[in-house]
Amino acid sequence: MTDVSVPVTTKKDWSSDQEVRWCPGCGDYSILTAVQMLMPELGVRRENTVFVSGIGCAARLPYYMNTYGMHGIHGRAPAIATGLAVTRPDLDVWVITGDGDALSIGGNHLIHALRRNVNLTILLFNNQIYGLTKGQYSPTSEVGKVTKSTPFGSVDTPFNPISLALGAEATFVARTHDMDRKHMMETFRRAHAHKGAAFVEIYQNCNVFNDGAFEQITGRENRASQLIPLVHGEPIRFGAEQEMGVRLDGQGRAQIVRVADVGEEHILVHDEAREEPGLAFTLSRLARGPHEPTPIGVFRAVERPDYGAALQQQLVEAQERKGPGDLKALLSSGATWQV
Amino acid sequence: MTDTTARPIKELDHVVIRFAGDSGDGMQLTGDRFTSASAVFGNDLSTMPDFPAEIRAPAGTLAGVSAFQVNISDHDILTPGDEPDVLVAMNPAALKANVGDLPRGGTLIVNSDTFDERSLTKAGYAASPLGDGSLDAFTVYEVPMTSLTIEATKEAGAKPRDAERSKNFFALGLLTWMYTRPEEPTLQWITERFASKPVVAASNTLAFKAGHAFGETAELFSNAYEVRPADLAPGEYTSITGNVALAWGLIAAAHLAKLPLFLGSYPITPASDILHELSKHKNFGVRTLQAEDEIAGVGAALGAAFGGQLACTTTSGPGVDLKAETIGLAISLELPLLIIDIQRGGPSTGLPTKTEQSDLLLAMYGRHGESPLPIVAAKTPSHCFETAIEAARIALKYRTPVILLSDGYLANGSEPWKLPNAEELADISVPFATEPNHEGEFWPYLRDPETLARPWAIPGTPGLEHRVGGIEKAEGTGNISYDPANHEAMTHIRAAKVAGIAKELPGVEVDHEDGADLLVLGWGSTYGAIGAAVRRVRARGQKVASAHLVHLNPFPLDLGEVLSRYRQVLIPEMNLGQLSRLIRAEFLVDAKSLTKVQGQPFRASEIENKILEMVSA
Repeated sequence: MTDVSVPVTTKKDWSSDQEVRWCPGCGDYSILTAVQMLMPELGVRRENTVFVSGIGCAARLPYYMNTYGMHGIHGRAPAIATGLAVTRPDLDVWVITGDGDALSIGGNHLIHALRRNVNLTILLFNNQIYGLTKGQYSPTSEVGKVTKSTPFGSVDTPFNPISLALGAEATFVARTHDMDRKHMMETFRRAHAHKGAAFVEIYQNCNVFNDGAFEQITGRENRASQLIPLVHGEPIRFGAEQEMGVRLDGQGRAQIVRVADVGEEHILVHDEAREEPGLAFTLSRLARGPHEPTPIGVFRAVERPDYGAALQQQLVEAQERKGPGDLKALLSSGATWQV
Repeated sequence: MTDTTARPIKELDHVVIRFAGDSGDGMQLTGDRFTSASAVFGNDLSTMPDFPAEIRAPAGTLAGVSAFQVNISDHDILTPGDEPDVLVAMNPAALKANVGDLPRGGTLIVNSDTFDERSLTKAGYAASPLGDGSLDAFTVYEVPMTSLTIEATKEAGAKPRDAERSKNFFALGLLTWMYTRPEEPTLQWITERFASKPVVAASNTLAFKAGHAFGETAELFSNAYEVRPADLAPGEYTSITGNVALAWGLIAAAHLAKLPLFLGSYPITPASDILHELSKHKNFGVRTLQAEDEIAGVGAALGAAFGGQLACTTTSGPGVDLKAETIGLAISLELPLLIIDIQRGGPSTGLPTKTEQSDLLLAMYGRHGESPLPIVAAKTPSHCFETAIEAARIALKYRTPVILLSDGYLANGSEPWKLPNAEELADISVPFATEPNHEGEFWPYLRDPETLARPWAIPGTPGLEHRVGGIEKAEGTGNISYDPANHEAMTHIRAAKVAGIAKELPGVEVDHEDGADLLVLGWGSTYGAIGAAVRRVRARGQKVASAHLVHLNPFPLDLGEVLSRYRQVLIPEMNLGQLSRLIRAEFLVDAKSLTKVQGQPFRASEIENKILEMVSA
C-alpha cells in the first residue's frame, strides 16, 4: 500500500548530479530512464532505497541514482546486498548486474540469493557481450560468436538466464527489453512489489560491441511477430492479429502454432503462480536465442517466505523464549567457580 | 578391599597428563571432562587438543591418533606443558605416536586389552612393547580397560560392542582417583549430557565408577596424587576456549557499540566454532548467515556494515585468501568490518587442525594496491574476548576493516578465565551521521581531522543519500575521481589514518629485569611459552626481558625506543620469521628469529634454550 506521507517526487529527484557516462546510444540509458521514471510511482522514499552493483557497464547505474548506493566488486553484488537486505528489512534493495557479472564471475552468489529468496530486486542487463573490457564473449553469447577472445568463434554453450533462475528456485522470474519503456516499467514494478528475490532479465543492446543482438525480436517492426507476451490467466498468443499461439504437444513440449490450426481452446493459458516450475521452464526453452519468437513478461511469481523475514522471526522467537540478551548472564553461563 | 584413607597422598605442584587414543575413542571428551573437574577444584590449567583432520581416520592407525593434553597446577601457569608426566594410551598406535614425548621416569597407563597382534601390526609394532623391555624407562601400568569396562557395565544392559565404548570413562575414573579430582561434576555431567539415552548414561556412569574403584583397590598404584588449588586472584571463574571467548567478545563488542551484530561466515576448521557459538545467541539480536562461500561471507558482512551493523566474518587462512578483494573494497569504502582469522598450518589446505602463526604478512600485505589495515592478535584463549572488543573499537572509530589474528592453539585450548564485570566494560559506540556536513550537502569523504575517519551515514537517513564504490574517490565529495594528484593524496590519507591509530595505543608493556640486555618479543599464542621460558631462565639466575605485542599494525609508538634499549632482540614465531621481518624493516634492528612450523606450539624449553644460548654468547 502506498504510504501517503511519502513526498511526491519526480524523475529529477531520483537522478543524481553525476554525469552519465555510457557510450552514446547504449541500451543502458533507456533502462536508467525507466528506473528513474518508475521510482516516483512506487511511493517509496529515496533514503530507504539502495542500489547495489558489481562491476561492468551496467554496474555504474547506482552512481546515477539519487539514493543510497554501492558500486561493489565483480560478481559480488548479490552477496553484499544479501547482508544489507537481511539486516535492514526496512530498505528497498536493488541489485544491478550484467551477464558477465551475474552469470560468470558471480554465478554462485546469484543462485544462492535466489534460492534463499532474499528480499532483493535483481535487474540483469543482458547484452550477451563483455562491454567494459571491450568485447569478449560472455556466458550468454551464442555458440560461434566471433569476438576478440574467440577469433574462431566461441565453442561455449550459453546460459539461458531465465532457465537458470528457475532452476535456482527463484520465486519471481521475468524478462523485458530495453526498447519498450512501458514494458520495462511494468515488469520492474511487479518485481519491486514481489516479496523475496525478484529476477528480471533485460535484453539490452550494446551498440559498440554487440550491436543489434536483439534486433530480430525487439525491432519495432519485428516485435509483434517475434515477442510472445506472457500475461497471467490469458492464453499465450502473439502476432499482429494474435494469430499465433503456444500449446503443449503430446510430449509436454511447448510449440508455436497457428491458433486457427489447433483451435483457441488448445492454446496454453499462462499461469505464473503455478507452484511447480516445470511449465515456466518449458516456456523459457521455447526460443533458442533472441532470433526467433521469444516470451517476455513474468514467467513465474510465487510466494515463499523470504530469508530476512524468516531470520528475523527466529530472533523474535529467541527473545520471547530466553528474554533479551544479558551479557552478564552469558559470561557466567558455563560452569563457574569462585576463588 | 583397601582402605583408601590409609594410602599416602603425594602433593604435586603441577602435573601434565596426555590422553591419547583412537579418534573414535573419545579422548577429547575425556580430556575436557578431566579439565572441567580440575577447574571446578580451583586449579590453574591450560589445555591443548591435538586431533587428526580426518573425522574418522582408519581405526588403530597412527594417522587416527587423537590426543588431549592438560596441565593442571597449584600456581598460575602459561602453557599446556612441554612433556607429559603421565601418558594414557588407549591402543598401540596411541602409544607409538606419543611415547617419544614421555620423559624418562614418566608414568604410562595403557589399555592392555588392545595390544593384540592385529592392533600391534596396524600400529607398526613387530612385537608387543609391553614386556619387551622397551618401556623400562617408564613406570608402566597395564590395565585391561576394555574387558573391565564390559564387565562393569553389564548391569546397564548395553550390548558388549556398545559397552566397550564407555572405556574412556573408565580411564577418566581411574585418573580422577589418581589425581584426587572430585567425582561429582563428571557424574552430574554424564547424567545431563546423556539424559535422552539412559542406557548410555548408565554405562558411562558404571565405567567411570569402575575406573575410580580400580584405582582405589588395585595394588598397581602405590600413591594417590593431589594437586592443590592454585592461588588465583579472587573472583568468579569459568573455563573458556579461544573460540568461545572470541564469540562472546563479539557479542560484548556489539553490546558496547549499541549495534546489532552480523556474522557472515563459511564453515572452515578451526574457525567454525565461532559461527556455531554465535548462532546460538539470537536473543542478543545476533544474525548469522552461513554463506555460500568465503567471498559471500565477507561480502554480506560488508553489506551489513553499510547498513549500520557491527559486521564480522570468521575464517582461517584459505578463507582470508578468498576474501582479499572484498577486504580491499572495505578499505576503499572505509567501513567498519572485522575479519577474524583463526590461523592454521599452510600453504593451501596445509594442516587444517594444527596451529601456526603464518598469516601475519598475509594480513599485513595480502591485497593488491596500497591497502593498509589495522591488525590485532590475541595471546591466550581468554584474551580473545578483549581482543575482539579492541578490534571492534578500532574498526568503528576509524571506519576501517580490522584483521584479528588467533590460531588453532588458542581456538581449541582452554584456561580458567576470571570473568570481567560486564558493567565495567568501556563503551565503544560511535555516532552515525545525521546531518549534511558541507554547505547543506552531505560529503561522504569529509573526514574527522583528528582520526581521519569519514562519516558513517547509513541508508534510511534522509538527506544523506550518497554512493560509494571501489573506484577512487575525490577526497571530500566521494565522487569518482581519476585525478592523479587526488589518488596520491587519498593513498596517503588511507595510510595516515591507519598509522594514526598508534597515537592512542598504550605503550609496550615490558617485563624488564635490571641488567637484562636481551628482549624476547612475541605476538599471539606464543605468549605462554615465552612467559614460561623467561621464568625458567630467570630461575637459573640469568637476566632477560620480554614484551608481547597485541597491536601489530600499527605498532605501539614507543616500540622502536623499547627495542633500542636492548643489545639483543629474540622473536620466537610459529612461522619463518614474519614479525621479525616487519621489525627489522621498520626499526633497522638486528632481531634474531626463532621459528617453529610443526603444527605444534613452542615448548617453553625450546625458547629457554635459545635465550640461554644468546645471553651466554
